[in-house]
Amino acid sequence: MNTPSTNAPAEQITYANILFYGCWGGLALMLVTYLLYVSGILEPYVSMELITKYWSMPVQHYLGDNNVPTGWGWLGLLSKGDFVNFLGIALLAGLTIICYIPVIFAYLKKKDLPFALIALLEVIVLCVAASGIVGSGAH
Amino acid sequence: MKHNTTWIRIAGGTVLAILFLAVAVWAGNETGLAEQAAAQMAQATGDTSGLPWWAWPGILVVFCFVLGIIAVLAGVGGGVLFVPLVSGFFPFHLDFVRGAGLLVALAGALAAGPGLLKRNFASLRLALPVALIASSCAIVGAFLGLALPADVVQICLGGTIMFIAILLLVSKNTARPVVTKQDALSMALGIQGAYLEPSTGEIVEWKTHRTLPGLLLFIIIGIMAGMFGLGAGWANVPVLNLLMGAPLKVAVGTSKFLLSITDTSAAWVYLNQGCVIPLMAIPSIVGLMAGSFVGVRLLAKAKPTFIRYMVIGVLIFAGGKALLKGLGF
Repeated sequence: MNTPSTNAPAEQITYANILFYGCWGGLALMLVTYLLYVSGILEPYVSMELITKYWSMPVQHYLGDNNVPTGWGWLGLLSKGDFVNFLGIALLAGLTIICYIPVIFAYLKKKDLPFALIALLEVIVLCVAASGIVGSGAH
Repeated sequence: MKHNTTWIRIAGGTVLAILFLAVAVWAGNETGLAEQAAAQMAQATGDTSGLPWWAWPGILVVFCFVLGIIAVLAGVGGGVLFVPLVSGFFPFHLDFVRGAGLLVALAGALAAGPGLLKRNFASLRLALPVALIASSCAIVGAFLGLALPADVVQICLGGTIMFIAILLLVSKNTARPVVTKQDALSMALGIQGAYLEPSTGEIVEWKTHRTLPGLLLFIIIGIMAGMFGLGAGWANVPVLNLLMGAPLKVAVGTSKFLLSITDTSAAWVYLNQGCVIPLMAIPSIVGLMAGSFVGVRLLAKAKPTFIRYMVIGVLIFAGGKALLKGLGF
């Protein structure tokens, strides 16, 4: 009788390694940008006084009254203290997509087509969510 | 050793005291404490702010640090406590609380993922099909949550939180469910594995059954995760363990890892809709992650049963409050 292997498959280890470095890198980046923001080194787009007023209102008030961009519009405001924080947040939110890419190739190499397809579909779903092309009707 | 025990007692006592205070403020609508808290929150968001802006990140870090400890000791995810408590106690609108809640749950899941995957406590073969369904439905849930009127979402959130509390009270997970026959779908997808049980040195083999009904349930779980920004460990674990027959360790590990995928899709929706305010979201993430690390250390020595029951009590109060708020009381 064969002893079952308790070792994680190679593609799982690859996923774990990318996740490890990406996650802690993203958190470190988030902390640095947050310090730049709250210390006032980078001036915010929406002032601190206004933020504390608008965070108790529905999101459309915050967006409309302060002319805050939605979707990927924050990329144009990276020189502002509040929006530079989205670099770390986007890295964390995009990490899963990055982790999936080598997994697709690993499954293709193993000729495991159903799982390669599942992984590919997941990347498409997450890219659609990240793109912001759906949901313009919300709110 | 004695020094360690004292430290644990102090930390445990502080956690319980804050939790008691939270319940007291919540429950005691007629006491001055609740009125004072409400007045302070209202003042802070008005023109005549009582608190400077920089006080809020500090308060959030401390609050979420305590929440992180409690969440680990009670065996629940951070998001499920964060959303009802922060939306109830803090002056933030539910839109921003849900955005931050998803990021909190996402960061915790991403940080836990590598260890779980490497030890084979989280299985990629089990997670991938489930994640595809849950993450697609989480997008739908996120849009539903943002499109529905706030009072309707509050009512649904209240009902869900109370349901979670009851689920925590009555569900009895099984360490190693007996799976006599692997079903055809599970066999076709190769959803099986083995892990080394560190406490006994034993190799535990596992496979799943009732895979199709399990996968279908993740449609509802995904929608709820996206709609309320809760994370969904509370629902993932019973489905993976009790219904599909995965061992508890694999169910818990895979569930935590799953959150990193499900919450990613919903988090992007909230992010794209402008529902993330870094000033409040980042201290919440940092506080909760730091609390989780301390909680894991405490877990080895603490007896968390009492805390678990207290959390169930707090969830019932939080759910009730959200329900009443939604109903206009």
